[in-house]
Amino acid sequence: MIKLIGITGRYFSLLGKVFSRPEKMRIYRERIIFEMEALGLDSISLTAIISVFIGAVVTLQMSISLESPFIPQYLIGYATREVMILEFSSTVVALILAGKVGSNIASEIGTMRITEQIDALEIMGVNSASYLILPKIVATVLFFPLLTLLSIFIGCVGGYAIAYMTGIMIPGDYIEGMHYAFLPYSVTYSLIKSAVFAFIITSISAFCGYYADGNSLEVGRASTRAVVASSIVIMIFNLILTQILLT
Amino acid sequence: MIKAEHISKSFDGRAVLDDISVTFDTGKTNLIIGRSGSGKTVLLKSLVGLHAVDSGAIYYDDICYTALGFKERKAIRKDIGMIFQGGALLDSSTVVENVKLPLDLFTSRSEAEKMERVKFCLDRVKLTGADRLYPSELSGGMIKRVAIARAIVLNPRYLFCDEPNSGLDPQTSVVIDNLIRDITEEYNITTIINTHDMNSVMEIGEKIVYIHEGHKWWEGTKDDILHADNRELNDFVFASAMAKRARRAAK
Repeated sequence: MIKLIGITGRYFSLLGKVFSRPEKMRIYRERIIFEMEALGLDSISLTAIISVFIGAVVTLQMSISLESPFIPQYLIGYATREVMILEFSSTVVALILAGKVGSNIASEIGTMRITEQIDALEIMGVNSASYLILPKIVATVLFFPLLTLLSIFIGCVGGYAIAYMTGIMIPGDYIEGMHYAFLPYSVTYSLIKSAVFAFIITSISAFCGYYADGNSLEVGRASTRAVVASSIVIMIFNLILTQILLT
Repeated sequence: MIKAEHISKSFDGRAVLDDISVTFDTGKTNLIIGRSGSGKTVLLKSLVGLHAVDSGAIYYDDICYTALGFKERKAIRKDIGMIFQGGALLDSSTVVENVKLPLDLFTSRSEAEKMERVKFCLDRVKLTGADRLYPSELSGGMIKRVAIARAIVLNPRYLFCDEPNSGLDPQTSVVIDNLIRDITEEYNITTIINTHDMNSVMEIGEKIVYIHEGHKWWEGTKDDILHADNRELNDFVFASAMAKRARRAAK
């Protein structure tokens, strides 16, 4: 317990350094754009592939589970949309990105630590925590909500495609379900969650990498710790945010 | 001039530096030598501020560095250049981007002026045709040259080198040694080099400090070292058969 308090203290101390005044804004703007490409754009294909299949599978499962003459078929489209918006496109995509982006960040910064690149920045008088971590946080917090929107759209398209190709339901009913009882606030809720999860993934992974110490084995361990810790904290905050925003 | 007064440093209760006092002169190549694990890297990193000392004081000219806060230290760090053992170039940046980074962060020069300065520094370390290459595409000697160019790009007053010859062939080592010595003399820098390369000691050792088990065991010049009667120092300096023959010949 004391160790956990110590780690939490170090984490917030690092965040204090990260959010201190940047040296030069222009350099940071360039790095934010670079990180958006490295951490955001490069995650589009993974997000799209997973979303299209999950959308299709959810539609299939719903059509099997809700197969009854008393249940209107458009509810399948409705259920698919709700699953994608409320949980999959924010939380599950965040968990997947914790694996991809989180391990990437932890291993990159961890390698910089053990090869003394971070020391070199410090010697130059650069606030290494801010220089390395802040652009990543800003980039992911801005970009992950866009990935969530993309995931919602592609997931719904995946559901429509499976309905159209297999004939398990009339595609027109699926479209009707997509429009049924739509609450724009659900999308807002999903976007808020994805922005918070982006912050959690990036800051925790950067923390694990920044304090890596030793050799390449330690970088590997830091990378694993980053994914595990990010995933657990995401699930805790998923519960907290749902309680706050939906009830 | 950099002066350490009675500095001590321990890790997890194990003393690595014990009551070290030493002065490093301006315009000279000052060498810290010692066996692996003797504490010389900890001494160098303590001098530069990467390790906080447990006791004692470090002075940069007349300023007590150990008494300064984060912001004041940051101002001094802009006068410091450091060459790390592995170069410590940023992997995701090209040669030009690595050398230009301090200029981007700490000067308000135009892009053309910055590029001119970068070109000057790369020419100074005799590195041409590698501007757009990444560190993974460079040889060990080229990495050291880029590291030197980056270290001198802001005209530092203090230059620290952590084993600048490690991993280099003897010929390239001599080139890097001479380059560091020439830059030190040309810009009147206080240079501190951490090494266990005896060729470096005999080539450029204007002032040599021998560290043994965390203590300052001996100090002198490269001429003094051949005639020193300190047993631990002699064991270190004349460890190789070639060095022993050279000593016999000198006597």
